[in-house]
Amino acid sequence: MRTHTTLLVYCSLALLFMIAVARGADDAALNAAIDAVGASPSTQAKENLNAASAAYQAAAAAEPAEEAPGAIAITAAADEVTDVGFKVDNLWIAIAAMLVFMMHLGFAMVESGLCRAKNCVNILFKNTLTPAIGFLTFTALGFGLMYPGDHWLLGKVVGFCGMGAAPQFKDLTAAYGASYTYWTDLFFQGMFAATCATIVSGAVAERIKVNAYLIFTVLYAMIVYPIIGSWGWGGGFLADLGFHDFAGSTFVHSVGGWGALAGVMLLGSRYGKYTPDGEARLIMGHNMPMATIGVFLLWFGWFGFNGGSALSAGPAQLSYVLITTMLAASAGLVGAMLTSSLRDGKADLSITLNGCLAGLVGVTAGADVVTIWSAIIIGLLAGVIVVFAVSFWDKLLLDDPVGALSVHLVCGVFGTLAVGIFPTIPHTSFAFLPQLIGVLAAAALAFPAALLIFFVMKKTMGLRVTHDEELLGLDLAEHSNEAYPDFQSFLTK
Amino acid sequence: MKLIIAYIKPERLNAVKQELYAREVYKMSVTNALGCGQQKGYAESYRGVISQVTLLKKVRISIAVNDNFVDTTIEGIIAGARTGKIGDGKIFVLPLEQCIRIRTGETGSDAIG
Repeated sequence: MRTHTTLLVYCSLALLFMIAVARGADDAALNAAIDAVGASPSTQAKENLNAASAAYQAAAAAEPAEEAPGAIAITAAADEVTDVGFKVDNLWIAIAAMLVFMMHLGFAMVESGLCRAKNCVNILFKNTLTPAIGFLTFTALGFGLMYPGDHWLLGKVVGFCGMGAAPQFKDLTAAYGASYTYWTDLFFQGMFAATCATIVSGAVAERIKVNAYLIFTVLYAMIVYPIIGSWGWGGGFLADLGFHDFAGSTFVHSVGGWGALAGVMLLGSRYGKYTPDGEARLIMGHNMPMATIGVFLLWFGWFGFNGGSALSAGPAQLSYVLITTMLAASAGLVGAMLTSSLRDGKADLSITLNGCLAGLVGVTAGADVVTIWSAIIIGLLAGVIVVFAVSFWDKLLLDDPVGALSVHLVCGVFGTLAVGIFPTIPHTSFAFLPQLIGVLAAAALAFPAALLIFFVMKKTMGLRVTHDEELLGLDLAEHSNEAYPDFQSFLTK
Repeated sequence: MKLIIAYIKPERLNAVKQELYAREVYKMSVTNALGCGQQKGYAESYRGVISQVTLLKKVRISIAVNDNFVDTTIEGIIAGARTGKIGDGKIFVLPLEQCIRIRTGETGSDAIG
């Protein structure tokens, strides 16, 4: 069933990745010594290995300013030159990265809970592969694209500082220029790359071919996300304009949202979602507990998403960011609940859950600078907006099973603009225009790029599963697995 | 009085209901069923082991009708359920001996309504 095209694409991407990472590992002496031990584990060979590694470590420790070749021996010497403050900051960023990693489980639960049981395995599969692909491609290519340092190629729009993971000895210490090591930087930023791609998986769920989605993820997370991120976080032209996006309302959420919009437009809606008159029909999620688990995991992970974006464990900023994050999430929940119950008569759980995420996305751009009241109001408004946004996309016949467009795209844009609208803490001020420029710039690259990727796939390998496969369920059609083999999951209403 | 039992594809249930409503047949009961006829099943696998599953999801509609409604009901079901592909289902017509409405105690044709 898998076409030659997809196989060819997979192989070339695998090759690209291997070349990229291989360039980071060329310590011939140490490798030769290790090989010798592996081949014939004699005492002499072991002694050679010990001697080689001791010499290596001594050399690295003796001249920490010099660049060690290729892969760095992780030595105690690096840790000796750092102080407790550096250790604490580094540790916090590492833990925050783990919290962001947990968000992938959150996404998996939300998306599968809000979709039908017959597609559950497919959604779990996509959400499990996404962090893996995202991190691998970010290591190979994305990190260099996103943080080019001084190596700008095209104005301050595209830069690139090399493929693969190639730090220097000094990058394990405070000499890196930040309060964490090179590896922690890669670890933390790599987690973000995949969150951007996983937003798309919810919007295109229940009808996209899994191979098409995986290829999209590779390209989007490896190329589009880092380039856009470099404009702000990597020191590009948006940073020069005074654009402020603290933890990624634009760079992560709206970029993911534009990709999702492109996918939804080119895929079409699920069979039976809209009547011929353009009314939306109910297609209910199969597991509300899982959806709730997902939202709580995302909320929990967001403390790392925003908290880690402080890029240090500095108590003042970190504690403030945690507060604004929590307030916005709570206000988003309340806002969505009130809007849903006033508009529809009864408060709907899944849209209230979306409200929590909306509040979080909304405050992500300015969690470090908006005032307490601003955080609450931004969250509240995001919660209100998301309820109307969900109906808005339905009116346009754009089928979004989990509300990704409403939460990430609409509220991502809102959150970014909010930094220029609402009051911020004393001694800071942000203008509306740079925020608007940032929003539009991200849209200008993300949306056409995603449209192009999806369009090419639509014309070559096909984006959507067949009608019969869609009815049978993607679990059986794409994976020949069932999510709930002991249960009979029927949909007859 | 007849009891009409129809096995249809689950995704046609909505269409069948609309067709029946259009013919003024409003009362029915619907259950889930697994079944197979000429339709081939699908292959399922788990950790490298593959098996063929032949029982497919169907929906069973049971409608009790008076004799004068039998033909329109069958027409309605076929109009909604027919796709032209194998697996569309079957309709069975059974004689119904008695029908009682629980709330009022009516029997016979009045109970069917």
